[in-house]
Amino acid sequence: MTATAARDAWTDVYCKSPEVGGYEEVPLEVKADLFEQVKGDIRFGDYLYGCYECGICVGACPSAKFYDFSPRRVAQAAAREDVALIYQQMQEDIWECSQCFSCLRCPRGNNPGGIITIMREVAVRNGLVSAKEALVGYSRIIYKIMSSGTQVSPDMLRPDAFPDWGPETGDVADNLDLWRRALPAETMHTTSTGWSVADRTLLELYVIWLETGALDMIAEVDSGLHSILRELMEERLEEEGIEL
Amino acid sequence: MTIPLEAPIDARRRNAVRTEPVVDRRSLDDPRLELLELERQGELIVQKIDREAIRVHTRYGREKRIQKAHLWHHKSCGQCGHIPGYSTSIFWVMRKLGYDYHDPHDQTSCTAWNYYASATSNTAAQAAVAVRNFAAAYESGYFPLIHCGTSYGHYKEVREELIRHPELRAQVRAIMAKLGKPLVLPEEIVHYSEWFHALRDEIAAKQVRDVSKIVVTVHPACHYYKIVAGDAIYDADIYGGQRTAVVTALVQALGAEVRDYSTWFDCCGFGFRHILVQRDFTRSFATLRKIEVMKEEANPDVVLTHDTGCVTTLDKSQFAAKAHGRNVGLAVLSEAQFAALAMGAHPYRVCQLHWHSADYRPLLEKMGIDWEKAWAEFQGDLGRLESGEKRYLDWEDVDGEHSRNGARVQPH
Repeated sequence: MTATAARDAWTDVYCKSPEVGGYEEVPLEVKADLFEQVKGDIRFGDYLYGCYECGICVGACPSAKFYDFSPRRVAQAAAREDVALIYQQMQEDIWECSQCFSCLRCPRGNNPGGIITIMREVAVRNGLVSAKEALVGYSRIIYKIMSSGTQVSPDMLRPDAFPDWGPETGDVADNLDLWRRALPAETMHTTSTGWSVADRTLLELYVIWLETGALDMIAEVDSGLHSILRELMEERLEEEGIEL
Repeated sequence: MTIPLEAPIDARRRNAVRTEPVVDRRSLDDPRLELLELERQGELIVQKIDREAIRVHTRYGREKRIQKAHLWHHKSCGQCGHIPGYSTSIFWVMRKLGYDYHDPHDQTSCTAWNYYASATSNTAAQAAVAVRNFAAAYESGYFPLIHCGTSYGHYKEVREELIRHPELRAQVRAIMAKLGKPLVLPEEIVHYSEWFHALRDEIAAKQVRDVSKIVVTVHPACHYYKIVAGDAIYDADIYGGQRTAVVTALVQALGAEVRDYSTWFDCCGFGFRHILVQRDFTRSFATLRKIEVMKEEANPDVVLTHDTGCVTTLDKSQFAAKAHGRNVGLAVLSEAQFAALAMGAHPYRVCQLHWHSADYRPLLEKMGIDWEKAWAEFQGDLGRLESGEKRYLDWEDVDGEHSRNGARVQPH
């Protein structure tokens, strides 16, 4: 970055710019189209009613305490339809949100966390750099939930994956099969899923992922994972003679 | 630290005001009535509460009924996956009180952990996943009880979306038709902590361990009471109706001391994606904003909470902070595990505390539980499994109550 660019970045109202963020600058029409996708979501009208600029959402927000992040800025940008700022937020801010919905304290009735959920969906669907970066290291989770119907499985508790969770994680990994067999609930003797999910139920889940386009959303952010999951689901449905 | 709540509580008692009616755009005034109207129009089916129920009040005064028995347990992936004693304690307490239930195989995760973490889904998919699970409960005849706070919050969101948007109902109805299932929603969406709250007196009546010397801090789970806030349980006698009553009212019914702390409203730091791929945030928030504050202001023996992510975050985040000499080291349990222990549950066979990271042993000792003896008993159980005497432990091994209370497990 040149000294001038660096100075411009620091004089930017939010101290951020594409050069700093490391993402591609795009024409205004592209930004406007992305915002139209956000605004076109059926939930958008239920999530935004204006803004008093009171900052209660920021005061309640855990991410605002640790990051340069503000749910108020997101709500205001959406209310003003500031497509340039919204694009910047989609590239720089939205993945810092904790999705705890503490911002629902908003006295105006806004749901900034919900607006961010929609912005994230649009970022994923359009393969924005921020979405790709946010999901680095996350692919195995998507694979697990979409293919098995449960999310964090017992066999994911590995000390190399969670070294900061203490030696107990190693104890679980070392004794996994035995400790699972010691659970009194019959559905929970599994190690690769949280509980035993019936085959028919899994097939029904695959129909949902395929019919709603949820599976295809990940094609833009992780084409390899998308191919693997599509092949798996279509093969299983074909074996069972289920047509979409 | 004590937050002075006596004045608002007394004022409400004087005026016989139990709840605070307000206009809240984010919660339908009465989703139950909206559902029944849609059913009348032929838009969907409402699964009715058809057994004895307990009436409780929600935040803005709407009455909610909690069915006591014949419940379809919508399990939590995080609980079953890495805090299994959370789920087994819920089952155990229900068995101990003599209420039948169904632990299904035809249930998927709500998938909302992934959705809030990665956004790799959409409104229709999330609604279809919810309705498919509700349809499975409806087909079984058992009424759904949601174990996870995020599932509960997300399903309430989905219910609002389905009520408000006919085009979404049409899309989900078409998908359900492909699955041979109806578009069905339950009359009430009920979290397990609401069941524990509603039955707290019955739970306390079965108490066998004295917990009066135990000091508790409560972490209310964000997705329980912040998402569709109007549907969470509040009670004027608990925090003057200014915070949700679940967990706290149960702990008080059991006779433990609840102490307050200033950051009660803060989330735990879970973050959904952060706990998995950005844990520096999660660890920092959980320890600096929650555990350390609790220890400094309330010095509790245990923090109790009522959601999967909160137990995980608060429990797992302390190890790294301890290495830096921070003021951590606090047992973290769900209130279901705490209630089970108070009712005499085995700390390992039922509550599965060996899956926890923060040291729970001082708490057990203060509750009068010989954890070394209990661990030796559990090791004996494991020995039976290793020797091939048994393949699996079951409820009969836990406390000899096999099937006595009519619990049904669907054959796989």
